[in-house]
Amino acid sequence: MIDIVVIGAGAGGLAAAITAKEKNKKVLLIERESTLGGILNQCIHNGFGLEVFKEEYTGPEYAHRYIEKLISLKIDYLLDTTVTKLEKLSEKFIITMTSEEEGIKKIEAKSVILTSGCYERTRGHISMPGDRPKGVFNAGSAQRYLNINGYMVGKKVFILGSGDIGLIMARRMTLEGAEVLGVAEIMSYSNGLNRNIVQCLIDFDIPLFLSHTVTNVIADENNNLKEIIIQEVDNNFNPMINTEKHFFVDTLLLSIGLIPDITLLDELSVKVDPKTKSVEVNQAYETSVRGLFVSGNSLQVHDLVDNVTKESERAGLCAVEYLNKENNEAEEIRILAGSNIGYVTPQRLDFSWNSSLIISFRTNKKMEKAICKVIQDDKVVYKKRLMFLVPAEMETISFDYQILNRTSDIKVVLEELS
Amino acid sequence: MKKEFICIVCPRGCRVVVDGDDISGNQCKRGIDYVKAEMTAPKRVLTTTVKTIFSEWPRVSVKTDKPLPKELLFKAMSDINKVIIDKPLDIGEVVIYNLCNTDVNLILTKSLKGVQK
Repeated sequence: MIDIVVIGAGAGGLAAAITAKEKNKKVLLIERESTLGGILNQCIHNGFGLEVFKEEYTGPEYAHRYIEKLISLKIDYLLDTTVTKLEKLSEKFIITMTSEEEGIKKIEAKSVILTSGCYERTRGHISMPGDRPKGVFNAGSAQRYLNINGYMVGKKVFILGSGDIGLIMARRMTLEGAEVLGVAEIMSYSNGLNRNIVQCLIDFDIPLFLSHTVTNVIADENNNLKEIIIQEVDNNFNPMINTEKHFFVDTLLLSIGLIPDITLLDELSVKVDPKTKSVEVNQAYETSVRGLFVSGNSLQVHDLVDNVTKESERAGLCAVEYLNKENNEAEEIRILAGSNIGYVTPQRLDFSWNSSLIISFRTNKKMEKAICKVIQDDKVVYKKRLMFLVPAEMETISFDYQILNRTSDIKVVLEELS
Repeated sequence: MKKEFICIVCPRGCRVVVDGDDISGNQCKRGIDYVKAEMTAPKRVLTTTVKTIFSEWPRVSVKTDKPLPKELLFKAMSDINKVIIDKPLDIGEVVIYNLCNTDVNLILTKSLKGVQK
């Protein structure tokens, strides 16, 4: 039987598989695409690896470092293979997978790490009004068509959402000869990194319309996109009258957020956190199903791939620890999101694990200076000053949890400092 | 003439205002160096793709090995889009030497070793 099956060979899966194999475990990595590296392959821009390698790599270069390591460690992997079902029977997992070469196959494993990444929100998620023409794409899909397949999706482009994928695509389409007429962002601030605002929009004189959203999509007689209308929104995100701006474009790219892809876990009774839209985990990245781990963008959407790698390396080590661990009922407390906190992960702290505790969270409010406190029984057990908090950037804290009592839940709060 | 920059050196993203010889709004010294470079000779690393003859990777990703003067970005793109790669080059190998007559080379950011036609 395989010790650890890793599902998804992007940044997370590569890191988890390598870490587990380095501890001499029998590992199998399963990937549905025909190459290793996942979404890194289409992220041809640079800025990856500053934290892990202290170098500025492009996405494919970052992936290459890990793919070489995977091959040198002789880790078993399957390409063009989709996992269709994940079940747990007593102490083992049964993984059903399909591929053109092998057909449907079942394998058994002691433990599973899910690193399946995330998918893009579509126009349906934001109930965008108007016609349903050709020419409306998710920014990430358009990025794949352009950078992997070599197809331009349009010549006159508007972009909704100022997240980093939208900004990167604004530059990329411009460099390839398209005219990008603007980027609209419903919030009063951009969700992208400042460096991307500068290098992707300002460098090419592409206007950014803050507090604006698309309020109409108009098709021509052949059902191709002809025109979009944007409007300014008020504090409740309602469009304001007499603020319409018309753009005659053939392409609308949507960069309106990402959702962790945990559809594979539908048949297992895992606890889900509506705030992260992923599963609840303990500090070992273990879900409510023993031996099932989730990390990377399928656990929480990260801003930096470096953090996907580091989180998944820790998940790999925890899966190794699980293989030798006694399965006793352990003392467990909850980690709660308090004031000004959008979400926290992990959501549980399980005292039977040796693994350290790293809490990730996002603020739900832009703050210049703040103090982050961890509170147990009305007492502050940990605090840290933080600067320049924005919802678009994930923060982490870490402390020795042996100082906590094992009965009361803890709460993470942010207090704004002036 | 007043000109405003967003400094991209760190995540703080200071709004730095240049008015003649006067630079203000920067919270550290690095903001001054950044703005001076932006005022005199702004440069950017260019990343794009190049056509290949290989069906497995019809496009392959490339980058400039050094930052390129900003005003040459579109000229470089048009030169790069004329190239077709017909050999299974390795990651880091040069695709175009002295791009736009500068000392900047275009290199592969992915390995084509072992690809199928």
